[in-house]
Amino acid sequence: MKLKFIEERIFNYLMVLATLIVFGFFFSIIGTIVHKGFPPLTWEMVTSLPGGGFYLGKDGGILNAIAGSLLIVSGSTMLGLLISIPVVFYINVYLKKESKLAYLTRLTFDVLFGIPSIVYGAFAFTIMIFFGLKTSLLGGIIVITLLIIPIFIRSMDEVAKSLSKDLLHATYSLGATKLETAKVILLQIAPGIVTATLLSIGRAIGDAAGVMFTAGFTDNIPTSLGQPAATLPLSVFFQLGSPIPEVRERAYAAALLLTLIVLTLSIGGRLITSRFTKNRIK
Amino acid sequence: MQALTFFSLLILLLMGLGLYLKSSPVIAVNSVWRLLTDSEWSPMAGKFGFSSFIVGSVYVTLIAVAFALPTALLTSLYLTQNAKAWVKKLVFPVLDILAGIPSVVYGVWGILIIVPFIADTLGPLFVDYTSGYTVLAGGIVLSVMIIPLLVSLFIEIFTTVPKDFKDASASLGATRWQTSRLVVLRKAMPGVIAAVVLAVSKAFGETLAVLMVCGNMVKIPDNLFDSCYPLPALIANNYGEMLSLPMYESALMFAALIMFVIIFIFNAVSRVILQHVEKSFKL
Repeated sequence: MKLKFIEERIFNYLMVLATLIVFGFFFSIIGTIVHKGFPPLTWEMVTSLPGGGFYLGKDGGILNAIAGSLLIVSGSTMLGLLISIPVVFYINVYLKKESKLAYLTRLTFDVLFGIPSIVYGAFAFTIMIFFGLKTSLLGGIIVITLLIIPIFIRSMDEVAKSLSKDLLHATYSLGATKLETAKVILLQIAPGIVTATLLSIGRAIGDAAGVMFTAGFTDNIPTSLGQPAATLPLSVFFQLGSPIPEVRERAYAAALLLTLIVLTLSIGGRLITSRFTKNRIK
Repeated sequence: MQALTFFSLLILLLMGLGLYLKSSPVIAVNSVWRLLTDSEWSPMAGKFGFSSFIVGSVYVTLIAVAFALPTALLTSLYLTQNAKAWVKKLVFPVLDILAGIPSVVYGVWGILIIVPFIADTLGPLFVDYTSGYTVLAGGIVLSVMIIPLLVSLFIEIFTTVPKDFKDASASLGATRWQTSRLVVLRKAMPGVIAAVVLAVSKAFGETLAVLMVCGNMVKIPDNLFDSCYPLPALIANNYGEMLSLPMYESALMFAALIMFVIIFIFNAVSRVILQHVEKSFKL
């Protein structure tokens, strides 16, 4: 047999092997988390606050972390949408296609997307010290908002960029202002907004390094923006560091819960996206 | 809208400036060069040498890329050139999920699977004793975390290679692998390099998962089975007491500044390359 066919065969096997390795990691991670996390996962854990001696293995749950995560994520998602939708409109409708500013904006957000959350955390922390703020729900919301704005803008821009110029011209020819045109665009990028939102919720809920500096940790549910807030990833992290086996087991259960939330978002995202595409003009 | 756009552009600038201002006290006392190359770390005595942290970060990142690059390249070549539709339908959601799993979950997995594997199975083959919390463990966990990013970038790049090129190659009698190696890979090389640079900067900044499995001992690791202490772990572990010692806060902010500068440069360069690659194929 010719050398090139032998080479072909070897690399075909290697390619399949590489793909199988990726699968292997996937099943190993999901399998481990489910295997270790499912037995200690109880209803009480999800619905109650940490009791006295919770970190010594006594009664209680991680409702503080679940509530904290939800508050931070919902707050920052709304803020993030409010800031990023106008920016996407501006660079796609108001600026010309070859505009230097649009190029610079896209490049900036690409770079911001790559900045790790711990740097965001450190930066937000310096701002908070500057303004005399303590670790709080507000701090957590601010840092997560900063973290997800690049995701929002990049993925919405991806959809908005691919819109045909004819659509814009058609609205202008009907006498629409730029703002009215933006509304037409909004309907067109709706699926992009949904995908972007789900993506950023996924990233926001899993982030730990950023909120570590800014949101702090507490055993209670925060009742105002000024109070510290616990988050799920940090709850996993702190409980995992415990020498007591029961506490570590709860960390596994919390990790499973976190994974389930992210999985649901990712699968739900695929389903919802297809629904929102009905207004789309191809 | 205009104001928001300008404001958001300012974030990047503010971030660099803020971190620089915060780290200027420690730079004023020690030169930047000494901070980067000195390995003595004793905050109590006011000695801040970052070299062991930088070396730790670099080692972990290199191992991660060494594992992830061949796997991701072969997987994405397979998916774009060879694989049947049903294989793609199976693999893409898996990659999506892998990309979405939070880093703390990767850390838990690392502690439960990778660390014991290194301590009990792999380690004893090479060294007398290892705790398992090692450079290697950090590298493996990181590599799994960057594989989805690499594969999605590679697939994007490989699909931009025009089909005509591949058809021409096939009509000259090249096998699929020859086409992949000599046409697709060669054409996509700048893009592949840019993607790797992006993955490196992601690996460099990853905090929690690495912190959980790499041991966190302040020293320059001797071998793969030694503990290390990467830069992000340093910041994450010490932010609590950083206000208690003079200069400590400034030193930690300097660590954040190092990461910011490196990742800023890496990202900007690779994004510019990627944009050029996309443009050059569109003509």
